[in-house]
Amino acid sequence: MRLTKSDQAMLDGGAGDAARTAMELLVAVAKSEDAPGLVDISAAHIDGGLYHGRAGLDFALSLVEGGGRVVVPTTLNVSSLDLLHPELYRGDSETAAAARLLMDAYVDMGCTPSWTCAPYQLIQRPGFGDQIAWGESNAIVFANSVLGARTARYGDFLDICCALTGRAPEIGLHTDEGRRATLRVDLQVPDKLLDDDLLYPVLGHRLGQVAGTDVAVIVGLDHRAGEDRLKALGAAAASSGAVAMFHVAGVTPEAATVEAAMAGQSPQRVELIDVVDLARARASLNHGEGPLGAISVGTPHFSVAELAMLADMVKGRSTRVPFYVNTSRDALSRAEASGTIAVIEGFGATVVTDTCTYITPILHDVRGVVMTNSAKWAFYAPGNLGVDVVFAGLDACVASAVSGDLVVGEGW
Amino acid sequence: MTGAGFKALVKGKAVGELLRLGEPLSLWGGLDPETGLIIDRSHPQRGLSVTSNILAMPHGRGSSSSSSVLAEALRLGTAPAGFVLASPDSILVIGSLVANRLYETVCPIVFGVLPEGSTGLWMIDQNHVAPIAGP
Repeated sequence: MRLTKSDQAMLDGGAGDAARTAMELLVAVAKSEDAPGLVDISAAHIDGGLYHGRAGLDFALSLVEGGGRVVVPTTLNVSSLDLLHPELYRGDSETAAAARLLMDAYVDMGCTPSWTCAPYQLIQRPGFGDQIAWGESNAIVFANSVLGARTARYGDFLDICCALTGRAPEIGLHTDEGRRATLRVDLQVPDKLLDDDLLYPVLGHRLGQVAGTDVAVIVGLDHRAGEDRLKALGAAAASSGAVAMFHVAGVTPEAATVEAAMAGQSPQRVELIDVVDLARARASLNHGEGPLGAISVGTPHFSVAELAMLADMVKGRSTRVPFYVNTSRDALSRAEASGTIAVIEGFGATVVTDTCTYITPILHDVRGVVMTNSAKWAFYAPGNLGVDVVFAGLDACVASAVSGDLVVGEGW
Repeated sequence: MTGAGFKALVKGKAVGELLRLGEPLSLWGGLDPETGLIIDRSHPQRGLSVTSNILAMPHGRGSSSSSSVLAEALRLGTAPAGFVLASPDSILVIGSLVANRLYETVCPIVFGVLPEGSTGLWMIDQNHVAPIAGP
């Protein structure tokens, strides 16, 4: 593998112990991928601040001890704790203390305490063609697909190795060839479905199942697939599959046409997705029925626009069940300024920041099903929290909250 | 049917009962590192233990937190003995490498496709993957 003088200097310890460890791990991974060398990155997003046990903390503390400092602007993903609303945490204090140490370790290395899974909603975000190293599956797929920035799927540990060295393996989605669509997905649905927010996460859930790790180009969507809808699509696809990038012909930046997305080559595979497939995919996200126990929305973190949309729906109404809204501290402060948050809290909802309701103990003892508008939440919460989930649109979530019983929309 | 076409992503030796996953598994949200059990409710092999098995997977899936979960499972001794992946996955590779640094655990990962119908005891040794003949 080709290494620059500065790569080699880091391997030799010239930039300190932590940089040497990071470069050694980075080179080992790059070699396992047959990467020809490393590329410079301009930003990183770190998933390693979410506490999964002692191993992650041991690694972070070893890097801090080795003098680790990030060398590119680096944001932090959701953690296990809501530092703005600490009273929401219902787990044991020992885990909370360890989770806090982990968060502090990453901040000590110079990372920005953004604590969000949607760093692409921050004002400062990567641009078209930027080489970056991002963790968090939904952020990875958004960066590649919607922003046109270039990142592979960086797992915990490798993300901070990239941030400490400013380098990443020159392979896969960092290269033109790796971003070419090899799978064409033909979406055949009635036009009015493209106006339905629910289409996008359900399509994403199905896309993950058919695409696996392949880069797909979706044919059959149009300008109605805005950022928040593409966010829902990508988050679902990165949960049900290992999707790190998709194109939407005529919509996303590297897919002016379907031919452009495939770089003029023929697809290796073509899949059709129709209403029957989508209805099946939607049904597979519902795991239960029974009394309504709680509602959780905002996975990935709600944008300012989504908070405003929710506020419009709930104005002057009140919820009969616990209703959680996950968002970032950045979106919270912007939505507070516009009065949006006061409306949402007036409805009786609990705003959660810095973390998310499916990764840490926040929900009270839930008796009954939990309703969500997130395919990702519906995918992971049953395993993580042991709850049954009903997946539906935001409007159905609000209608259910107001009535206190499950109200699920009609149609496909 | 032995050895040919495999590539070591993380080098090492391991022996274990082969557990072939019919569908990919995200270790985060899919594996409980405390018990070594598959907890993904939508996975057909939910409830099985991966501990000490050679785990054969079509490819990884989902969360970038799977590296942490693998490292934690290795720390706790609940992890698979090794992996055979039908497509390379750097998220698992880094999890194994970091656990090796911190705890000196060994969890080889190889890339390649096993023959149809493979079962029983298998071994991984660097680039070599082979069944161990029964008695």
